[in-house]
Amino acid sequence: MIKFYSGNIACAEGAIAAGCRFFAGYPITPSTEIAEHMALRLPQVGGIFIQMEDELASMAAILGASWGGMKAMTATSGPGLSLMQENIGLGAMTETPCVVVDVQRAGPSTGMPTLIGQADVMQARWGSHGDYEIIALSPSSPQECFDLTIKSFNLAEEYRVPVILLMDESVSHMSEKVIIPPKEKIKIVERKKPKVKPSEYLPFKADDYVPPMACAGEGYAVHVTGLTHDEKGYPQATSPEVQEKLVRRLCDKIRKNERKLRDIEEFEMEDAKLAIVSFGTTARSCKAAVKRARKRGYKVGLIRLRTIWPFADEYFEKIANEIKQFVVVEVNYGQIKLEVERCVGKKVHLLPKMGGEIHKPEEIYKKIKEVYNGN
Amino acid sequence: MRKEIKFSGFGGQGIVLMGNIAARASAIYDGKNAIFTPSYGPEARGGAASSNVVISDDEIDYPYVTEPDVLVAMSQEAYEKYAPMLKDGGLLIIDEDLVKLKNGEGKVAKVPATKIAESLGKRIVANIVMLGFFTAVTKLISYEAIKKAVLESVPPKFKELNEEALDKGYERGKKVKDGKNGKMA
Repeated sequence: MIKFYSGNIACAEGAIAAGCRFFAGYPITPSTEIAEHMALRLPQVGGIFIQMEDELASMAAILGASWGGMKAMTATSGPGLSLMQENIGLGAMTETPCVVVDVQRAGPSTGMPTLIGQADVMQARWGSHGDYEIIALSPSSPQECFDLTIKSFNLAEEYRVPVILLMDESVSHMSEKVIIPPKEKIKIVERKKPKVKPSEYLPFKADDYVPPMACAGEGYAVHVTGLTHDEKGYPQATSPEVQEKLVRRLCDKIRKNERKLRDIEEFEMEDAKLAIVSFGTTARSCKAAVKRARKRGYKVGLIRLRTIWPFADEYFEKIANEIKQFVVVEVNYGQIKLEVERCVGKKVHLLPKMGGEIHKPEEIYKKIKEVYNGN
Repeated sequence: MRKEIKFSGFGGQGIVLMGNIAARASAIYDGKNAIFTPSYGPEARGGAASSNVVISDDEIDYPYVTEPDVLVAMSQEAYEKYAPMLKDGGLLIIDEDLVKLKNGEGKVAKVPATKIAESLGKRIVANIVMLGFFTAVTKLISYEAIKKAVLESVPPKFKELNEEALDKGYERGKKVKDGKNGKMA
């Protein structure tokens, strides 16, 4: 089926296709159409939509829904993501599968409500206190808003972690062709369930980093706490040993699976001497600039990050020697640039924008020429 | 070939819908690549409204309209605001009763879209008259595609009215294109 969807509508439809049947949110530009569309669609498929009193409650509600056995999502923008942080941490600590969509606008604070920003990259990673790892994905088109929303749910279920879909205002409001595959062609992942009897079930015992998850009402004991907890789920808030084991596992279940979670689109990278690194809508401008530069003989390629977190450390470490120069193009003042620099171990060039618009291909092309020719 | 189109007018004329229909027609029914972006901001609440469409046979990378090949203006304010953006040699399409041209225009095609809509009994379909005219004059979208996209965008009881509006605009556009009635100056 071919549809003509905006990124926001494609995201909502992706959620429905992934099996999301609970949405709690508080409207905020530029994400509001997601809530609006979920309010229309969820009742049609037997789901629940709640407009909450604020973002704190929205995040709490989707955690609760997830523990009730549902696939749950909320959608917001930067200011709302800030308010959700406390409960995102609770989601990470309690290993609660859920999806948080952040349609980024320019910040800080209320910033530019109707215009693009890409500066929530770091907030997505460690906006809550304590050590944890999270997954964040970033789409460049309405098609990817659909596809990556489904993927977000699948990863949330597989890894039992809140997944943040880092959209941006541009991709959220542009409409483009979206191909919706038949239902049976869409891969859906469900959370692992315990195979043991209720009396033998340890809710936070993991054999491969991710413990099987029994939800309320399934006959198993369910202990959910933000306090440091042992395998039974009981609070052990004075035991450094339990803390060591738990937090290490919370981080390692993501870190050790970085290669599996990696999702990078390479364009013209085979013989590239200079690599542009970008994500989201901005990467589209980069692609146009790379095409232009290639026509004029520059050996330039594009690395587009679809998975932002966990960061593809190993990938960048590997290509650090082959690629002479890196230029990161992003609508913030260097958040991904520092990550790339950390991995490649040399100076990385930055073409930033503070927000309100994406780069024009000419600007990127000019930067490519400058860096390539060593000016 | 990448073509950029900007539809503009004042709030309430259905300018955003025009862009959406045009891009959808091209993407779904003509099988091309097309992107629609509404102008999105506080200014959309009054004054000049616009919506933007990029159509291409190739992949569309940069999604925004910066130098329109075609500018459709349905209000004086929109014309004055956006005409300077028009590409050299680009085509300006106006509602001739709502826009008074200043000097130094390039290619212009004029249609009394609002008057035609009024003659059909509903001023609100002026945008659809204009879409028909635009389709005939620019040939960027096929008639079949625009018709399907228009008809699926309107409630069943207004299908006939909108079809008529589209056809009136289209016929008018064909005549202008052929130079039979009013020429492209």
